[in-house]
Amino acid sequence: MEIALGHYLTVAAILFTLGIFGIFLNRKNVIIILMSVELMLLAVNINLVAFSAYLGDLVGQVFAMFVLTVAAAEAAIGLAILVTYFRNRGTVAVEEINRMKG
Amino acid sequence: MIIQTIAFYVFAAFVVGSAFMVISARNPVHSVLFLILAFFNSAGLFVLLGAEFLAMILVIVYVGAVAVLFLFVVMMLDINFVRLREGFLQYLPIGASVGLLLLVEMILVVGVLATSPDTVAVAAAPTPDITVVSNTEALGALLYTKYVYLFQSAGLILLVAMIGAIVLAHRVRPGVRKQSISAQVSRTRAEGVELKKVKTGDGI
Repeated sequence: MEIALGHYLTVAAILFTLGIFGIFLNRKNVIIILMSVELMLLAVNINLVAFSAYLGDLVGQVFAMFVLTVAAAEAAIGLAILVTYFRNRGTVAVEEINRMKG
Repeated sequence: MIIQTIAFYVFAAFVVGSAFMVISARNPVHSVLFLILAFFNSAGLFVLLGAEFLAMILVIVYVGAVAVLFLFVVMMLDINFVRLREGFLQYLPIGASVGLLLLVEMILVVGVLATSPDTVAVAAAPTPDITVVSNTEALGALLYTKYVYLFQSAGLILLVAMIGAIVLAHRVRPGVRKQSISAQVSRTRAEGVELKKVKTGDGI
């Protein structure tokens, strides 16, 4: 059986859904939420590369690389904020992050 | 062809399975390890698609940097993960329904997806023949010419992220004795040595 574009898109769709599901499921744990965001970005990358391969256009892979860059930067900044927050408050529970609510 | 099909299903099954374990594992360290497995297997999917360079970048950047950073943070911070898991099942129904809705929508879109044959003809950068130009070479030739400004801004984003992360996470501790090289070097004889006239037999 030939592996078509739809197969890859389905895998990416499932991965994206799992990412969203993870955000709902681990609503209190910021670390798992960040990991779910990484999963969603990975799904986007799979989509970009699959379209790039099946349409014969290299630009998709270029943009997948940029998405990768932004994902790495986002993870670094997010974790730095997390470390700082934990140092100041001693917790990373999402519902206790409400200092700016006033 | 059959080997490719088998490889695709194996990689896809591992990606989906480990992604599920990432969000459902009890221990966050296990979550990070499953995240690494998911990245490795999606790198396999990229290789199957003919994007070898991106596959290797995925392994280097995600497994080598991002996942290790996650592991580092999970292990360094003393977080009570049991308390964070309270109400895990409370959010299950709404999460499952939203996720299922989204999945059905996306699969419906994928099911009716059809690409016009003209799309290939108007490709912005058609993939060169793989036997002539390798994937890495083709990607580099495109990245350093047509997308050089975007490439530079990607570097800028990484620089800003690096500075931001250092500024955020750096902590100046009070009361730490540090070597001050400028103070050491700028020291003169006059302020360093004091001559005292000591009388014989009296002491200071």
